[in-house]
Amino acid sequence: MNRRPTIAEQLARQGISRRAFLKFCAATASLMALPPGMAPAIAEALGKIRRPSVIWLSFQECTGCTESLTRSHSPTVESLIFDMISLDYHHTLQAASGEAAEHAREEAMKEPGYLVLVDGSIPIKDGGIYSTIAGISNLQMLKDTVENAAAVVSIGTCAAFGGIPMANPNPTGAAGVQALMDQGLIARKPVINVPGCPPIPAVITGVLAHYLTFGAIPPLDALGRPLNFYGDSIHDRCYRRPFYDQGKFAKTFDDEGARKGWCLFELGCKGPTTHNACATTKWNDGTSFPIESGHGCIGCSEPNFWDAGSFYKALSAPADPLSFAAGAAVAGAAVGVGMSFMNRAKKSSAKAAHETATLKDLEK
Amino acid sequence: MNEMELLNWVRGPGLNIAVAVFLLGTIWRLFEIYSLGRKQDLSAPRNAAGASGWHTVVRRSMPPPGMLKRSPVSYIGGYAFHIGLAIVVFLFAPHIVLIENLIGLSWPALPSQVVDLAAVVTMAAMVLVLVDRINKPVKRFLSTFEDYFTWAVTFLPVLTGYLAVQHLLLPYTTMLALHILSVEILLVVLPFTKLFHVFTLFASRWYNGNANAHKGVPV
Repeated sequence: MNRRPTIAEQLARQGISRRAFLKFCAATASLMALPPGMAPAIAEALGKIRRPSVIWLSFQECTGCTESLTRSHSPTVESLIFDMISLDYHHTLQAASGEAAEHAREEAMKEPGYLVLVDGSIPIKDGGIYSTIAGISNLQMLKDTVENAAAVVSIGTCAAFGGIPMANPNPTGAAGVQALMDQGLIARKPVINVPGCPPIPAVITGVLAHYLTFGAIPPLDALGRPLNFYGDSIHDRCYRRPFYDQGKFAKTFDDEGARKGWCLFELGCKGPTTHNACATTKWNDGTSFPIESGHGCIGCSEPNFWDAGSFYKALSAPADPLSFAAGAAVAGAAVGVGMSFMNRAKKSSAKAAHETATLKDLEK
Repeated sequence: MNEMELLNWVRGPGLNIAVAVFLLGTIWRLFEIYSLGRKQDLSAPRNAAGASGWHTVVRRSMPPPGMLKRSPVSYIGGYAFHIGLAIVVFLFAPHIVLIENLIGLSWPALPSQVVDLAAVVTMAAMVLVLVDRINKPVKRFLSTFEDYFTWAVTFLPVLTGYLAVQHLLLPYTTMLALHILSVEILLVVLPFTKLFHVFTLFASRWYNGNANAHKGVPV
């Protein structure tokens, strides 16, 4: 195999100026919450490294994550990302298909230390027959690919936590990458979870840039998510937060409160329990994010978000109807009435057994 | 079980179970207590000015002369934490949403900063009355396990709620789940401990006042 060109060489070949590259690095530095002084360091690091091989595996997914990636903040960032890494296998984006596509993956796997990006959950029930690619089950393909990988990046909530395929009743036994490692079904490698349904484009590219720059996993939270993007909750960064604190809530999607942009908590916003960068990085080139368009957060970057009750039920409201309440009230009344009859019987038997004390009794 | 699963459980099945036990226990005990009855008092009622069941309901909420000075922690601390609890429980916006979902009634909320302050005052007052209970020999002697237990199950929901809102100690989601769980423990425990006074307090005062009024004693 030919020596992979460094990113600087690759960029020069494509006519991208040093200045444009530095601008990209500065934007990336600010995105990753790094000081501006880090931009040259990023440029140096990115410029020197050979384009790492990336294998992108798509399992039980909807291609939303790929769609999101292709709408990365600006076309230059998108093209840079595609040029910075050697994307050797990706169903949707690669030109090859069939045998040739699988061959590309096998070739890339010959050189250990590649990066594996996964989107979609992996079905493990019934031997993993519910999703296969080229006759290979998702589980087998992931197992083989992860074996010699440097790290795995789980793109999207399905790959990170199981997502919608894992939602109750989970007919395919779907699981996320981390869960498979915990169960010992695939080799244990460093995992970066980049959840979201889909994840923010700039977050996907930002996490990759961080890995390429520092050659290491960024600081992660307890759920394996990069802290620089998932460190704060949507609620804490929400521009509607002052209305929450003032107790001003929209009660319906078209009442006066909604028109005035009041807090959507009562309409089921899951912002308080959701960690993501939507409220700061925003979507569509920084245009807005769901809450800004008038809809509450559905909590898509959290595990089990699909089974967390209705999207339109307030976080403090019961997730399910209280089905036992009526029965319990009737049972309580029955027990209470029963007890009161017992107490009355006790009282009347005590009364019947009562003997009048006489002077004689006291002298005994 | 991760924190989201715990939160889903306490918001769903956990709440269902807790409310069921609470309703069962409360209705059971109300039926049982109010069906006990008393022997009819056949003596002629003696009237005294100001003596009545209703009078006692109000009168017993005021400290008797001199007591405020002798036992300030009990009265001021007791008032502070009861009023504080009422503010925190009934005037915090997310709580009102819960109540509206359960019984359909709602009312305006206080700004969250005011509720925060009430929570701090409530916790401080509760700690004070606990310290007083331990420090004063008579109170300590009169206290049983139940007194400390009910203090703890009342204190925990306020503490976890405050920690959750302030993002202290644990991640918000975990703390919120623990907060709801602690409230569910309170709901389960309430009908079967002295916490049942939330339902019986005023009725028993009225009953005592009425009986004393019959005897011509204003208390």
